Amino acid sequence: MARIIVVTSGKGGVGKTTSSASFASGLAMRGHKTAVLDFDVGLRNLDLIMGCERRVVYDLVNVISGEATLNQALIKDKHCDNLFILPASQTRDKDALTEDGVEKVLNDLIKMDFEYIVCDSPAGIERGAVMALTFADEAIVVTNPEVSSVRDSDRILGIIQAKSKRAQAGGEPVKEHLLITRYSPKRVEAGEMLSHTDVQEILRIPLIGVIPESEAVLHASNQGNPAIHMKGSDVSDAYGDVVSRFLGQDIPLRFINYEKPGLLQRIFGGK
Amino acid sequence: MALLSFLFNNKPKTANMAKERLQIIIARERTGRDGYDFLPALREELIAVISKYTKVNAEDIKVSLDKQGNLEVLDVNVVLPDLEVRN
Repeated sequence: MARIIVVTSGKGGVGKTTSSASFASGLAMRGHKTAVLDFDVGLRNLDLIMGCERRVVYDLVNVISGEATLNQALIKDKHCDNLFILPASQTRDKDALTEDGVEKVLNDLIKMDFEYIVCDSPAGIERGAVMALTFADEAIVVTNPEVSSVRDSDRILGIIQAKSKRAQAGGEPVKEHLLITRYSPKRVEAGEMLSHTDVQEILRIPLIGVIPESEAVLHASNQGNPAIHMKGSDVSDAYGDVVSRFLGQDIPLRFINYEKPGLLQRIFGGK
Repeated sequence: MALLSFLFNNKPKTANMAKERLQIIIARERTGRDGYDFLPALREELIAVISKYTKVNAEDIKVSLDKQGNLEVLDVNVVLPDLEVRN
């Protein structure tokens, strides 16, 4: 049975697209046929992060309006054979996303035997964001350990609990996961940053992972490679753990404790 | 001064403040959405019941929900009209 997962946050710039790209890539690397959809109509960026921007011909809105078929619009990922990207439209306005249209695209993807459909939500709480979460079975709420991000995450949780199809049907609710990104164990230890337990205590949803703040993320986006492909980096390992936990493995959190650099590291500035 | 603060590393610990402020504002914002949409209907029915026994203006009945710590308080405030003085 296919699962639809929305990656959302309310606030912008917290790492939704970075997380969508790495999470979808991680699922595909474990052998699952996965599609990742950009819902940010007018401000698409998933194509850049996935490194397929020059191969975009048709987009989500073209498919909804019948100007292209799903097969024409889906872009095969350069790393994984079983990962496909559906970009957002850059030119249309967000009203082009109709509920019926989105539902049909998702149903057609399920008929094409996709196991996981990852919906990369735009920031905000307007149409694009609501459409991205409407049909979700699970939600990954991306949060930075910072006041405005935490508050907006709580707001988007309220919207999931009110507007998603699952909430309205009154059956099994959307399964919510907290993903904390841009985490700095050093600043948490110094009492300057909310800890992952603080954020979890406030939002009261299960934690699926903590992604440390890292230079690797910028290097990855510069090159158009999802961060999970930055082998040997903390971020790559942390996203790998998120995928494992999502698939049901019980593994301990990593990268949450600050390790003081040793004397040699301090002298030579090693990382 | 800069040297002193460098030596003693007395950077402000602001994370606790962030946590406290978030707990308060989020608790307040949640009460608006966590299923308390029965308040208007409750108010209508209270007006109907009270009107059976005494004359009361609709605007003299106030129903509100407040949060005090872990307690949620349903506050119903009814201003009864002045009794007519009988001869």
